[in-house]
Amino acid sequence: MRRLSWFNAVSLTLGFAFLYIPMLILIVYSFNGGKLVTVWAGFSTKWYGELFRNEAFLDAALNTLKVALLSSTFATVLGTMAAYTIVRGGRFFGRTLFSGMIYAPLVMPEVITGLSLLLLFIAIGLDRSIITIVLAHTTFSMCYVSVVVSSRLVTFDRSLEEAALDLGSTPFEAFRLVTLPIIAPAVISGWLLAFTLSLDDLVIASFTAGPSSTTLPIKIFSAVRLGVSPEINALSTILISIVAVGVITTSLMSKRAIMRRQKEEQEAI
Amino acid sequence: MADAAAQQVFAPWNAPEAKPIIQFRNVTKRFGDFTAIDDLTLDIHEKEFFSLLGPSGCGKTTMMRMLAGFETPTEGTILLDGQDIAPVPPNKRAVNMMFQSYALFPHLSVWDNIAFGLRREGLDKDRIGNRVEEMLRLVQLGKFAQRKPHQISGGQRQRVALARSLAKAPKLLLLDEPLGALDKKLRQETQFELMDIQETTGTTFVIVTHDQEEAMTVSSRVAVMDHGKIVQVDTPDRIYEEPNSVYVADFLGDVNIIRGKASRKDMGADTDHVHIHFAEGQSPLWAATKRDLAEGTEVALAIRPEKVTITRDRPTDRNNAIRGKVHDIAYLGNISTYHVELPGGQIIKAQTANTRRVARRSFTWEDEVWLSFTDTAGAVLVD
Ligand SMILES: Nc1ncnc2c1ncn2[C@@H]1O[C@H](COP(=O)(O)OP(=O)(O)O)[C@@H](O)[C@H]1O
Ligand SMILES: [Mg+2]
Repeated sequence: MRRLSWFNAVSLTLGFAFLYIPMLILIVYSFNGGKLVTVWAGFSTKWYGELFRNEAFLDAALNTLKVALLSSTFATVLGTMAAYTIVRGGRFFGRTLFSGMIYAPLVMPEVITGLSLLLLFIAIGLDRSIITIVLAHTTFSMCYVSVVVSSRLVTFDRSLEEAALDLGSTPFEAFRLVTLPIIAPAVISGWLLAFTLSLDDLVIASFTAGPSSTTLPIKIFSAVRLGVSPEINALSTILISIVAVGVITTSLMSKRAIMRRQKEEQEAI
Repeated sequence: MADAAAQQVFAPWNAPEAKPIIQFRNVTKRFGDFTAIDDLTLDIHEKEFFSLLGPSGCGKTTMMRMLAGFETPTEGTILLDGQDIAPVPPNKRAVNMMFQSYALFPHLSVWDNIAFGLRREGLDKDRIGNRVEEMLRLVQLGKFAQRKPHQISGGQRQRVALARSLAKAPKLLLLDEPLGALDKKLRQETQFELMDIQETTGTTFVIVTHDQEEAMTVSSRVAVMDHGKIVQVDTPDRIYEEPNSVYVADFLGDVNIIRGKASRKDMGADTDHVHIHFAEGQSPLWAATKRDLAEGTEVALAIRPEKVTITRDRPTDRNNAIRGKVHDIAYLGNISTYHVELPGGQIIKAQTANTRRVARRSFTWEDEVWLSFTDTAGAVLVD
């Protein structure tokens, strides 16, 4: 390991402090015994207990989980299909337009995406519920999936698919038996990305959620407007742990898997 | 002996009633402005072992890919068994291809790679198992069946690719430089193996190769290509002994090219021979040719080094004898190649078999020698 120069050491410390001190404070105060958020009154886990008795929060958490699971799965299917078409479809009519359009939601302000979806749902008379949130999340996260998957497909050796066709598989079999297993790590990390995007989305969800289908971010946001309660701290701590432990480790794992697969593929040629 | 006789007459390309299995009819393939295949017409017959020979980039792979169905001709048609194959997708063609890059499936074991095509046919487990084992024996990879492609060597990968394309016993097998990564011994074994397979299965082979020796060994016919065109198609011996151009002569093995002007002035009634005036002060060379050559036509005499004899004294039994000085000697073990410099500076190569120990050879550097060859030894070519 190289030793850091003092300048780098200071920047690193400041950077970490800037990023993580707020979260650290939040986590510490979630174990506060007192009612006041900013006054330390001894260690206690009572707010975690309170939290698990609060049905509104539990409902919202369940909704969030459902929405995230469903929308990330749909987004992965659609995003992978879109990526495959763009990278492999050859020069079909409207390709440039399509590949440009699919990335547009990446730069579109969320407020606009949310608003336009809301207007659409009203126009077609779809009542706002979990379904509308799932649809909205699928829409905006599928372009993230398609970015991840298409960057993998670009480096994918086309002759593997040709070999599969040559050996008698249909184009769909070639995709299912050869392409998909090889790009699977990229598809999985696309799914994880969509899942986390859906998990913490506030703006689009608030446009498309109905009164009986609030998600956790909406719930937290509205609760905080009435004042920060230690219960929220506890909830946030749980969320942070889930994100930290679950998502970060799996995404690291899948990154390693992608690299290994790519290495294997290059070595096999 | 009957076998040998049967092989001798295998020449369906000369039989007018024979139906070719593959017909290229005025096929042109362009990539943008670039013409990769240029108005190519070619027949390949059933049970042929047909080699495509040519420099890198001349369009060999493109021809294969059109047969396999990955490229469509820009113009012209390709017939397989008399049927236009343009509308048939690759997975419906009774054609298998071994890719130049092998294209092994990295996520599958050697065994599963070979079984891939058989499984698509929906064969039962036992049949697939037997066939895969048979293929593994053929390419001597039994021990590596459970390895992944990245866990075996380049030569082994090449053999897996070969086994995978052979497994389905296709009617037409396309091999794109199939043996390039094998060492010489294994390559020769595999060549004979391929010929065996071809004999037992009756499969038609089209093989791309860089190696002219390989093309000579295995082929029924060889096509020499240049810039998307076929320059000559012929049996190996004819293409070697009677090339139709300097390009072909030069491409297959070592050759001396002696350029000069044709003359029949002093020939009298003999129309089977021609004089070639190739240098000031040298008597003209006397070469057999049936070509109708106008007086003074620029011609090239292509003559193989092994057909040039090197002696100390002027031979009396040959019409063509040129004097020169030994410039260099290349000792190759079984043969030696003498580079002999003519008075005009041109170098002519002469090859002799080393029937004696090298220490006792008759010529050494700077020796004055005579080069001689018969009137039929060379081919008279016009570019
Ligand atoms: N898909 C393609 N797009 C553009 N040019 C191509 C393509 N495939 C082949 N070519 C060109 O066609 C020529 C012939 O290529 P190829 O058939 O691969 O030659 P080789 O005889 O070495 O196998 C090359 O100059 C190559 O650059
Ligand atoms: Mg090639």
